[in-house]
Amino acid sequence: MAVTGILLVLFLVVHMLGNLKIFTGETSFDHYAHWLRDIGTPLLPHTWYLWIQRTVLTVAVVAHIVAATVLARRARAARPVKYAHRKKVRGSYAARTMRWGGVIILLFVIYHILDLTTGHLNPQGDASNPYGNVVADFAPERWYVTLFYTLAIVTVGFHLRHGAYSAFRSLGQQTPRGERRARAGALVLAVALCAGYLVVPFAVLTGLVS
Amino acid sequence: MNLTLRIWRQKGPEDKGRMVTYPVDDVSPDMSFLEMLDVLNERLILAGEDPVAFDHDCREGICGMCGLMINGDAHGPQRGTTACQLHMRQFKDGETIDIEPWRASAFPVVKDLVVNRNAFDKIIAAGGYVTAPTGSAPEAHSTPVAKANADAAFEAAACIGCGACVAACPNGSGMLFTAAKLTQLSLLPQGQPERYTRVIGMVDAHDEAGFGGCTNAGECTPACPKGIPLNTIGRLNRDYLAATAKGAGNTPGS
Repeated sequence: MAVTGILLVLFLVVHMLGNLKIFTGETSFDHYAHWLRDIGTPLLPHTWYLWIQRTVLTVAVVAHIVAATVLARRARAARPVKYAHRKKVRGSYAARTMRWGGVIILLFVIYHILDLTTGHLNPQGDASNPYGNVVADFAPERWYVTLFYTLAIVTVGFHLRHGAYSAFRSLGQQTPRGERRARAGALVLAVALCAGYLVVPFAVLTGLVS
Repeated sequence: MNLTLRIWRQKGPEDKGRMVTYPVDDVSPDMSFLEMLDVLNERLILAGEDPVAFDHDCREGICGMCGLMINGDAHGPQRGTTACQLHMRQFKDGETIDIEPWRASAFPVVKDLVVNRNAFDKIIAAGGYVTAPTGSAPEAHSTPVAKANADAAFEAAACIGCGACVAACPNGSGMLFTAAKLTQLSLLPQGQPERYTRVIGMVDAHDEAGFGGCTNAGECTPACPKGIPLNTIGRLNRDYLAATAKGAGNTPGS
């Protein structure tokens, strides 16, 4: 869980930084998007790097889900008779929504790829103009799309808040002081990624990017 | 105090079990929780009914025998307290209290509130000890131990093996117990020779017993009557990673 999770978080950071290029203007953003298909050229043919990265990420996602499923099945098997009286767990909201939160994030990622990668669910869907796709996607009259994106990103934030801390622990974080740092670091990471991702749709919604 | 108890009654391991309601009157707020159950049982015996079976021994919070899920809290609402040390003044007059056994497939119910915690013994048998006979306690200064390590080992050694961590864990994992029993040895010089075979053996025994996997949910430490810190599990994880990287282990002849 920890190793695949860290791979996915690294991707999230780079993806967020790429998104923020939308504030540098249409030409720059589109140029960046096209450059992504040319990373590694001329050593690698066009889009090869992209497909290598997509393969690695897909393997990481599948391994992450398999590990989560194994844990969930073990948890179910470990408590066949439920408590008649059970309080809400005392741990964090983030910790107890990891599993269903993960399912929501998976559904969101599928929607997101159909929307802004393949363009099937995008009102413009023009692969040569990603800037225009983003602007058309988060237009004010499509507020429900922005709302869905916001909910999904916040879910990712909660997932990261527990996930990042838990990854440190799984990889051997072992002191009380380190635990406080890991928790604080996970919170900062979650908030920073949420803010970085949400600023784009809200910039389009408010007309800052058009 | 007048209370309504809803207690899990189960005649034996094969019985399905159910919650049964018992009114208990004239409970003193100075009674311990187990004394209150004693009062109920005396009345049940006088009425010719089967008394409620529950585990207990020292009644001073150090043996680890008692263990009840009280209103959904392992060992009841007071932190850092075993059920035997919990007093009825923690409850309100007229309250309804739900009492259940630990729920885990690795802890099958023997009768009513008594569960079989033999799975913990299996984890200990898989490496939770030092093989070499060390004789009587040596002079304390003869083997220097860093203060921080001594303190952390002592903190882990406070585990009484009651099973509250498993009962509270949303995954039914016994990792806090396993980590405590491992850490009390892995931080001290005496525990070094078998350090890495120990962690592999104990984690394997834990998984084989049918406990769930740890997801760092953090439910165990608040439930633990001895407050074993959550970072103890990180010490186990680090030893486990080191042990798997090293291969078979470091015990000569194993």
